[in-house]
Amino acid sequence: MAEPAGGRPRATAVGAPYRPDPETGEPGGSGGYAEAGAARGGRSFAASASEHPGAHAGNAGDAGGREHADGEDRDRPAVVPQPGGASGYGVAAAPGWGSTAAAAPTLVEDSAGWSADGDPVPDPGAAPPPQPPQAAAAGRYDPPAPQGDGAKTCVACRAGRVDTDGYCEHCGHAQPRERDHLEEELGSVAAVSDRGLRHHRNEDSFAVAATALSDGSAATVAIVCDGVSSASRPDDASAAAAAAANEALLEALPRGAHPQEAMHEAILAAAAAVNALAPEVSGAQNAPACTLVGAVVSGGLLTIGWVGDSRAYWIPDDRAALPRRLTEDDSWAAQMVAAGLMGEAEAYADVRAHAITGWLGADAYELEPHTASFKPDHDGVVVVCTDGLWNYAESARDMAQVLPEDAAARPLHSAQVLVGHALDGGGHDNVTVAVVPFTAPPNPDSDPGSGSGPNPADPARNPGADAQAEPQAEADPRTQA
Amino acid sequence: MANFAKPSAPRFSVEVYQNEFLPEGGRDVHAIVTVTSTGGATATRAAVPAQGGAAVVIMVDCSGSMEYPPDKMRGAREATAAAIDTLRDGTAFAVVAGTHVAKEVYPGQGRLATAGPETRAQAKEALRGLSAGGGTAIGTWLRLADGLFRQSPAAIRHGILLTDGRNEHEDPAVLRATLDACAGRFTCDARGVGTDWEVKEVTGIASTLLGTADIVADPAHLAEDFTRMMGNAMGKEVADVALRLWTPVGVEIQYVKQVAPAVRDLTDRRTPAGPRAGDYPTGSWGDESREYHVCVRVPGAAVGQEMLAARATLMLPGAPGEPPSVLAQGLVRAVWTTDLAASTAINAQVAHYTGQAELAQAIQQGLEARKLGDVDGATAKLGRAVQLASASGNADTAKLLAKVVDVVDAAAGTVRLKAKVADADEMTLETRSTQTVRVKKT
Repeated sequence: MAEPAGGRPRATAVGAPYRPDPETGEPGGSGGYAEAGAARGGRSFAASASEHPGAHAGNAGDAGGREHADGEDRDRPAVVPQPGGASGYGVAAAPGWGSTAAAAPTLVEDSAGWSADGDPVPDPGAAPPPQPPQAAAAGRYDPPAPQGDGAKTCVACRAGRVDTDGYCEHCGHAQPRERDHLEEELGSVAAVSDRGLRHHRNEDSFAVAATALSDGSAATVAIVCDGVSSASRPDDASAAAAAAANEALLEALPRGAHPQEAMHEAILAAAAAVNALAPEVSGAQNAPACTLVGAVVSGGLLTIGWVGDSRAYWIPDDRAALPRRLTEDDSWAAQMVAAGLMGEAEAYADVRAHAITGWLGADAYELEPHTASFKPDHDGVVVVCTDGLWNYAESARDMAQVLPEDAAARPLHSAQVLVGHALDGGGHDNVTVAVVPFTAPPNPDSDPGSGSGPNPADPARNPGADAQAEPQAEADPRTQA
Repeated sequence: MANFAKPSAPRFSVEVYQNEFLPEGGRDVHAIVTVTSTGGATATRAAVPAQGGAAVVIMVDCSGSMEYPPDKMRGAREATAAAIDTLRDGTAFAVVAGTHVAKEVYPGQGRLATAGPETRAQAKEALRGLSAGGGTAIGTWLRLADGLFRQSPAAIRHGILLTDGRNEHEDPAVLRATLDACAGRFTCDARGVGTDWEVKEVTGIASTLLGTADIVADPAHLAEDFTRMMGNAMGKEVADVALRLWTPVGVEIQYVKQVAPAVRDLTDRRTPAGPRAGDYPTGSWGDESREYHVCVRVPGAAVGQEMLAARATLMLPGAPGEPPSVLAQGLVRAVWTTDLAASTAINAQVAHYTGQAELAQAIQQGLEARKLGDVDGATAKLGRAVQLASASGNADTAKLLAKVVDVVDAAAGTVRLKAKVADADEMTLETRSTQTVRVKKT
């Protein structure tokens, strides 16, 4: 469930545990940890500055990460939006991961973007050919065995038959709907969506797909959307958005469009699809609306895009390396913090904290699709999810702890585990997550020792931190290290 | 939604307005069920009679009091003639003179005439013979009408009843039993002329027989009223429509009320219609829209659960030997949520009609208190009525109230009882207290 800013406070925010990131052991001070900063230079939700002054350094939103932030940075005016990329898209300039002993940032924005130099052309050999899709939508509830006349038996009372409207003819209870629990696995990507324990229907939606780029290399798409509950038909909105974004990407990627451009266009297509659901009568209120977060993994390039408070996390396979949040919420709290008007603790304690400030829908103030591309030089998985999950694993570190170690090999199982984590925590909202494994292209220059011996406790000796001192926006990480 | 084979027959639609969200532990579900029939002969002016046609019996009070003043009898004669002129050709009809006994005026011998130029002229000629004399036993009039209707195959059977006095020559229980026996046999509009009749008797007849009740204080307005009443009756095209409510196990029906165009409690009018289902009579329909307030109590369920609280189906009885057909249906749902903003919201339609029903009750209780000399009680109730009428935009009722009380502050409901109130004004307010208005367009 997502709520637009100005709407009523989210009920789920009341009961949903907010879990600050203790941040212990994470590199502080030097800007080596910029979890929230993919595109906007935010920071993690976690502890207050007074407790962890260093923790916020480098999260202060400086586009290049060049400054060492101190506690005062939070009072600066926000660096809110979209650093301009070469093509006008938001090529985020956040620093690289700096998570390992490697001598170079291990994950940097793919600044080249889809700009004129036409960079990233992945090595065709680096990616396996697209796997045949093996879709499987499975319900948590097995369909009851049909009776003689084909009518189903109620799952609630086991006595009545189910009428054509989906209610029991005896006890009246609504029967599980297909969307209550959906799972899909497509070889390289898996997603699970669940109604949760407190909502009567699933207003989340997702789409996953495998396709090929124009050069024949494999590309994986995952889209996750969260319907705005205070709007009408939120379930239709999220379904329309996920389908439209997926379709747009499947059209654009094989054609040779840059994934980041394709993502931007996909978000616009999703917005158009949601807008089309709004009644044409003028002055209609509560037009259908939803959030969107998407990820495209294609030949060494990781592209994400989002609107709203659904998130993407990067979780390295090497759990010693630093996980990172790749998105910055379009939320009231995030904006307050980014604008320096409130500290995190204060902002996130506010009843308006989870009100979203960006969404897809006819009544959106102004659509600002956020996109970013990265070139991780190590393997990992991208966790693409709605707040129904991240409310129970807010920081990247928490998410990494919940995600099974073998996530890359068993994405469906991992997605199930993540959804289970949210349900175990109370399942206050619909829960949807897509797990997208990422395989870094082989790097001939790579030091075999690279990736081991992370040294998060000593940022001063973390080469990654040094690397972040310079914007890596123009660098091609494959040539580094 | 059923589509009748006959192109001129109306189509019915059902819409349900409710806030389906309940808080944890919430059990009461309110819904406004709006039933609309459109596209019938009234709309198309095709004037195709319903299946089996229509039959109308006009019952005219001819008790002795109708001559005091004599313009009542004259007005009744003229009004009946006007109603006869409004009959559609082919309609079966009869005129009954009512006193302490009922007499056929036209055509007689236990038959119904078929409306046409000739029979209309004969009927009007027969009205000349009407004279006042005798008492009042309304049950006898209704029983005679019922007997006449039994001679007719008409699907739409409608009575028009005019009285000027109390039902003095009949045990109230006999009238009650007669009404119960006639309910479902025919519908009936009831009118009181002058101010010497009992409001509860007239409204009781109309309520039980699913017709309208009104006062015609001035006999000069009778013809106009009878013409309109007969016009409405001629517009009816589908008879004996029932609102069927099905509820799941454990769900209790709290009440079922028609709330527009007038309040009418149907809760006790239920007849069983299969397992956990019951039919509530709605009478006959032309091109019109009515609203029903349904309140059910559901068993508690966990947050996140959803259930069907009731299924509202509009049923049309089939021809003999045939099953009834479904005209339209709507669902009343219950969804439990922790979202307080959702569960505490009151649906605008439910709020409006809850207010309209309270308005009718406040008027009736206020007038009752006033009759009993309870000034404080009457002032409080009628003040509340003024407040509700003002807030809901029920201008007609507000005007009637202003003839009984001096309104100091309508918004606050502050009123003073008028020292002198004309009988006609008080009776008009009481008779029309159940008239409601639709939700204001915002």
